[in-house]
Amino acid sequence: MSALNDLTLAGALKGLAAKDFSSRELTQAHLDAMGAAGQLNAYLVTTAERALTMADASDARRANAKTGPLDGIPLGIKDLFCTKGVRTTAGSKILGDFTPPYESTVSANLWRDGAVMLGKLNMDEFAMGSSNENSAFGPVVNPWRANGETQALVPGGSSGGSAAAVAANLCLGATATDTGGSIRQPASFTGTVGVKPTYGRCSRYGIVAFASSLDQAGPITRTVEDAAIMLRSMSGYDPKDSTSINADVPDFAAACTRSLKGLRIGIPKEYRVEGMPAEIEKIWADGIDWLRAEGCEIVDVSLPHTQYALPAYYIIAPAEASSNLARYDGMRYGVRVDGADLTETYEKSRGAGFGEEVRRRIMIGAYVLSAGFYDAYYIRAQKVRARIAEDFNAVFTQCDALLTPTAPSAAFGINAKFNDPIKMYLNDIFTVTANLAGLPGISVPASLDSSGLPLGLQVIGKAMDEETCFAVGGALERAAGFNAKPGKWW
Amino acid sequence: MSVDAKTVRKIAHLARLEVAEERLAPLADELNGILHWIEQLNEVDVEGVAPMASVEDVSTPVRQDIVNDGNIRDDVLANAPRTEEGFFVMPKAVE
Repeated sequence: MSALNDLTLAGALKGLAAKDFSSRELTQAHLDAMGAAGQLNAYLVTTAERALTMADASDARRANAKTGPLDGIPLGIKDLFCTKGVRTTAGSKILGDFTPPYESTVSANLWRDGAVMLGKLNMDEFAMGSSNENSAFGPVVNPWRANGETQALVPGGSSGGSAAAVAANLCLGATATDTGGSIRQPASFTGTVGVKPTYGRCSRYGIVAFASSLDQAGPITRTVEDAAIMLRSMSGYDPKDSTSINADVPDFAAACTRSLKGLRIGIPKEYRVEGMPAEIEKIWADGIDWLRAEGCEIVDVSLPHTQYALPAYYIIAPAEASSNLARYDGMRYGVRVDGADLTETYEKSRGAGFGEEVRRRIMIGAYVLSAGFYDAYYIRAQKVRARIAEDFNAVFTQCDALLTPTAPSAAFGINAKFNDPIKMYLNDIFTVTANLAGLPGISVPASLDSSGLPLGLQVIGKAMDEETCFAVGGALERAAGFNAKPGKWW
Repeated sequence: MSVDAKTVRKIAHLARLEVAEERLAPLADELNGILHWIEQLNEVDVEGVAPMASVEDVSTPVRQDIVNDGNIRDDVLANAPRTEEGFFVMPKAVE
């Protein structure tokens, strides 16, 4: 019999319901696996005692037949979510030992539904990065390695700890966030499923802010159904977030097996970028064939402003970040480095507390918002964002969802792109458009490349239509039959 | 448009970030690399387009102006680097 941490989330729910094992046993199996996986650097904090207390409480609820939809399920939480009484760092030194006196709405929703917290997951500092190398606590190592190689690969970012922990069976699912691709790209790099829902579907309350008009929470799991179950619990209206959408949360899991007959799938020609590896072209073509076999109609479409999405993002996101991160002043929380006066204390605290990429983005943001440059950079980028949103509105009159690759490459080596910001930014070329337009997207593992590394396909849906993403994602998952796991070397 | 070391010093001050003198020139190069890449946005025809600040086409919700949270002074102060008698302690801001 395989270990309890090898189950899917849906499988574990069935086993708990059948009393095949307790939440305490399931939780302990994960804590044991986490204890043996230190080399991956996926968890920043393990909350073993709390996990076992929550598991016992779940077992007691089950004995009284009073269970929630996630009762007894051990999960990892990205360290961007505030967790009451548990240190929250956002992957940065500047927050010091910040211990939130409140809980994020998304994590509170998971606990309300009976889930168990295993610990806090490593990430790029303030969710800025595509490789996890920007964490102040060292990079996460991808559990996947190329065939016959021992070189350490990145897990993607910024939710690299979440993706690595799910891929290495160190939790049944993890929370993550996505501002430009930070759920979907690491999912693609680790052979896991990642969902960024419609902007406003999940409350941002208690999630450390990066770029508020783009940030959105979602799950990373091992199957499409698991992601659907987890997202349902994470979602919902929250008066504490003024951008939270007041709408019913559908039963996403029911959509995973929905028929695709007659569904129109758009293939955007602009996503066929120069220099894209032939293997990624190939899985994209396979994906098209699989969906055609399910009865989908394939439609060639155009999103003419695609190439401008990343440059627009690298104005809008840093501008919002420079405003959001102004709060780290060393006065009310976090690290303070004393200077001769107040201004110097601010400058020294922020200079010492923020890492290199965060400093770079704050400075880009401060520059594009400064007098004389605001219209030329910031307002123009917001206009280009409107053009990108118009592109999607136009194609969604011709099709119901879009199919694209998730990322332009498989996982790369640690240090391979670290000193070339633009090369790093290009990782998000296929994912960032959905953030700018606020649309839902899912990444599903589709195959291994010739060196044995996972590659993902992305489905982008209409606003508030995650169900079609889950339906198409479920069909891709069944057709791909992807069941590869990283060989255990850690 | 491009930035020089002097401009970088000014931006760093606006952003309240201490930058070591020898980092100013390399930072200018890095920022220029990004700014030049961003300049391709000038190719886009944005005539008559309204800038988009949010994907949501709704006005900000308002609530009743009543206190629904409070009396949590100790929670608010719990993470401060320095406190005294229920106050944050910070360097002198006014002479």
